[in-house]
Amino acid sequence: MSSNKESTARTLAVALVVSLVAAVFVAGSAVYLKPVQEQNRQIDKQRSILAIAGIGDAALSAGEVRALFERRIEAQVIDLTTGEIDTSRDPATFDALKAARDPATSVALPGDKDIALIKRREQFATVYRLENDDGQLEALILPVRGYGLWSTLYGFLAIAPDLNTVIGLGFYQHGETPGLGGEVDNPKWKAHWPGKTLFDDAGHPAIRIVKGGVPPGSPDAAHQVDALAGATLTSKGVDHLLAFWLGEQGFGPYLDKLRRDGA
Amino acid sequence: MAKQASAREVLLNPVFNNNPIALQILGICSALAVTSNLDTALVMAIALTSVTAFSNLFIAMIRRQIPASIRMIVQMVIIASLVIVVDQILRAYAFTLAKQLSVFVGLIITNCIVMGRAEAFAMQNPPWASFLDGIGNGLGYSAMLLALGVVRELFGAGKLFGHEILPLVQDGGWYQPNGLLLLPPSAFFLIGLFIWALRMWKKGQQEPATFRLAPQVKEEDNGWKEA
Repeated sequence: MSSNKESTARTLAVALVVSLVAAVFVAGSAVYLKPVQEQNRQIDKQRSILAIAGIGDAALSAGEVRALFERRIEAQVIDLTTGEIDTSRDPATFDALKAARDPATSVALPGDKDIALIKRREQFATVYRLENDDGQLEALILPVRGYGLWSTLYGFLAIAPDLNTVIGLGFYQHGETPGLGGEVDNPKWKAHWPGKTLFDDAGHPAIRIVKGGVPPGSPDAAHQVDALAGATLTSKGVDHLLAFWLGEQGFGPYLDKLRRDGA
Repeated sequence: MAKQASAREVLLNPVFNNNPIALQILGICSALAVTSNLDTALVMAIALTSVTAFSNLFIAMIRRQIPASIRMIVQMVIIASLVIVVDQILRAYAFTLAKQLSVFVGLIITNCIVMGRAEAFAMQNPPWASFLDGIGNGLGYSAMLLALGVVRELFGAGKLFGHEILPLVQDGGWYQPNGLLLLPPSAFFLIGLFIWALRMWKKGQQEPATFRLAPQVKEEDNGWKEA
């Protein structure tokens, strides 16, 4: 190298070459590994659906998860506005989150209706039915999401065939503060949920997260869950997202229809 | 750096004689965060060792081309690229562990051990020696992480690599686990104890006191009255 190593031109050239090589290296690995990662994400989602429905545990291998999911879970795409099942869309490939971003397949939520702070809601959603070998419903698993403190929480709510009793609630993706809001993943907190009832006698969503513990004798105890310590906004987020997805803007019409027609 | 240290010295010195955590007190943050069980400690140790080794290798290869004015940023670009690649590989082949390690893989970028070795060693030494130096320092970090992981998982949860060693009271056994060991602050106490033990064994690592506190005794009454 004859030119001065410290010259401006040399400095720029080195910066450019290093950046280019690094960029190719990073982009190459990301593209090359994407299919495997995508598969992992899918298995992880199926695993959490099974766990929230109360079957299958974390020790299952990827193959077992897929087999169990295929045998027991029936996915359906439904129209959120009418509550009808839409057979024209394939539940295996329909991506509700992508649909929520596309103006053609989603509706913008006005501020007062958007209590879960998700901005747009998709027209169609994928629901999962846990069925026994006779095809009878054992649990209905609904995707829910909403904004907490830092991030959107993505999860599932599993409901018993009476369409009122909670079987489980869990989130598979969020970015809340570890140790505070991140405790939504804590099995001890998740254990508060099963057995709670979602709707009051008039059929309105009544499930609430309350601060300071649920008074055991209170008439509303069946609708109330203790909030997370030190995570007021995450707790509120979970409270709001349940109110949203169980209400008229969410799965309300679908659940009404199921109640009328029988699950 | 000493002239022409042998490969063996470069590789093994950082484990006991010049341990990055115990002597240089670097990389403490991740050592607290990922050592509550051995699985994550081991994966983190491997990830950091490979990043340090390869960043040292690549930086040493181009060390004569890097202009001094952008030296640090070039090092950072190389280190950051390697960390992203490691993160992508973990997400593809060790998904559940990658989820547990969450931000700490990404934070290898800011781990002082990686940057420190790049700047102190790789900028002055040939690629092969730098590569070994990276592995050696990674091993020093790994040794500390695994020691912490063994103590914390064994006495905090009665397990090693998730296998039960000490049967817990709540599962009908006899061992009452120490829950503090599962929380990050316990790693502070343990690292302190390890440093003490290491410096009792290798006296050369003891540091001379930089100052000494005078006893708090008044030499004469200077006007202050006791209340």
